Amino acid sequence: MPLYIARRLLWAGVVVLIVLLLTYAVFYLLPAGDPALRFAGKQPTPESLALVRERLGLDQPWYEQYGKFVKSFVAGDEFGWPGLGISYNTQIPVIDQVTERAPRTLLLILGAAIIWLVLGVAIGVLSAIRRRTLADRAAMGFVLIGISTPVFWLGLMALFIFWNKLGWTGGTGYIPITEDPGGFFSHMILPWTVLALLFAAIYARMTRNTLLETLGEDYIRTARAKGLSERKVITHHALRASLAPIVTMFGMDIALLVGGAIITESVFNIQGLGWLAIDSTFNQDLPTVIGVVLLGAVAVVIMNLIVDIAYAFIDPRVRYE
Amino acid sequence: MSEVVLDVRGLTVVFPTHAGEVRAVSDLRYTLHRGETLGIVGESGSGKSVSSLALMGLHNRERTRISGEATFGGRNILALSSKEMQDLRGKDIAMIFQDPFACLHPMHRVGDQIVEAILTHADISKKRAEQQAVELLREVGIPKAGDRFKDFPHQFSGGMRQRAMIAMALVHSPSVLIADEPTTALDVTVQAQILELIERVKRDFNIGVILITHDLGVIAETADTVLVMYAGREMEYGTAREIFTAPQHPYTWGLLRSMPTIEARLKELVAIEGTPPSLVAVPSGCPFHPRCAYAFAPCPTELPELRAIPGGHLDRCHLSPEIKREMGEANVAERLGAVR
Repeated sequence: MPLYIARRLLWAGVVVLIVLLLTYAVFYLLPAGDPALRFAGKQPTPESLALVRERLGLDQPWYEQYGKFVKSFVAGDEFGWPGLGISYNTQIPVIDQVTERAPRTLLLILGAAIIWLVLGVAIGVLSAIRRRTLADRAAMGFVLIGISTPVFWLGLMALFIFWNKLGWTGGTGYIPITEDPGGFFSHMILPWTVLALLFAAIYARMTRNTLLETLGEDYIRTARAKGLSERKVITHHALRASLAPIVTMFGMDIALLVGGAIITESVFNIQGLGWLAIDSTFNQDLPTVIGVVLLGAVAVVIMNLIVDIAYAFIDPRVRYE
Repeated sequence: MSEVVLDVRGLTVVFPTHAGEVRAVSDLRYTLHRGETLGIVGESGSGKSVSSLALMGLHNRERTRISGEATFGGRNILALSSKEMQDLRGKDIAMIFQDPFACLHPMHRVGDQIVEAILTHADISKKRAEQQAVELLREVGIPKAGDRFKDFPHQFSGGMRQRAMIAMALVHSPSVLIADEPTTALDVTVQAQILELIERVKRDFNIGVILITHDLGVIAETADTVLVMYAGREMEYGTAREIFTAPQHPYTWGLLRSMPTIEARLKELVAIEGTPPSLVAVPSGCPFHPRCAYAFAPCPTELPELRAIPGGHLDRCHLSPEIKREMGEANVAERLGAVR
């Protein structure tokens, strides 16, 4: 197992570098303005522009820039490790920008994930064991609404009702938990719930379907033939076997949200990684884009590894060497 | 004869579906004694398994209508609540299934699955239950039972898994063991071992065994009494000796003729023409009449009664006893020599 993990991590490094190469290529293939224009300040002279280009290495072909980037990325630069350089736009080190934004997004995902996992699995189990009853139909109605409601609309409605009209929660914006824990929760509860609702719906449906399939397995009949209570049949036997697909999807969803919770971040003005990605893309700010892409890619690769390791714990038939 | 453990009277199992009512089992009756092996034989869809799952209370209550009586321990178990049935399952009536590869939970250790079966009905310490489980694994012939106890099912061979299933069924010394095609998924050599094991535990634990199979060879080897089912009805019911030496029903003849034996290897196997009927639309009269070479006037309209023939055993056919004796002998005599 340790050897397997080491090998996987090595591959993860290769994958990350390939992703960054593609990002470079795309960035330079896109028809767009000159990043040096932004860096050089207002009304730059051609001389100062050329100076900026040279300093940023923008006068070299993109693959050479990529080579340089990889070198400083691996070795680190004056702002720390990994070396990501400085933002073209704000002239703040990318690594500082990313580390400032990352906790917002990660805390948003963490809270939402807890809600959607608990809610989704609970609703899924309930509707599977109460199949074809009113509860099942209500649950599947919830699923349909959850899947088809746009997040931006739901977010705005939630803000309107719970903040504007009822005043139960905080409004938009982000308050660090270290500054004001109460304010943090009051501002996060709506984004958590709104983001979680869509996923809860998807997880409820998947849990229901997987569980129903598992309940038709022969070993479930064996469990019943032992005289186990239906409750034990579900918890000890059926749910255990239904875990694998849920874990897979959970890992992937978490990873994708690292750079992809853009709409929720926008509606609630959280300004996390998704917001940073959009902002830097519009501003031709390649170093910052690279920083966000890097984090997203690392998240995907790491979550994949975690999911695969979790498999070995869930299913004894899975062995890695 | 020894004590009656299970007396089934008029067991009927109906599944209401959108396509109409599926009458999987109609008016089944039989009696099972301690130490007896009752072989239930028939083609797929004849109601063998469905009738047994009904006795175990393993059908979904909302989607199944079960009527009739099954007297076990002085109670009609078909009328028990699901809680009462749950107390009975795995304790007084146990069941093993066809595919041992699919019947054990792939993610739980074999030993733990047996321990769980013990603790479901017994209030003893986990440690004590583990000792019992190892003992049972040894009893059913698993070598190094103490070590194999910790294995997962995928580390067991098919035969060993079926042995583990049998061990699990025996944990509370049940009075009735239902074995639903226990050897169908196994190699022939392993089949014989498993059948032997079932025979041995039947004697050691003094259990009544219901052995469901479509394999007449298995029946010939192990069954004391035989019940032949077709389209949810019993066609013939008697001792194994009666069924194999003096079969009365044309369907039984067909089954016997389609069974390969070493002595009859030069003769062609004769398949029963046609396919078993859909249970949504069971043929009127005798359900076997569309495939029966001997069908005559009353067969398509009138369901024959299950009646005793001279000599003792029961069958359900309009043919007169004389014709049946003649035809039966002409049809299956040579082939029967082999089984006898």
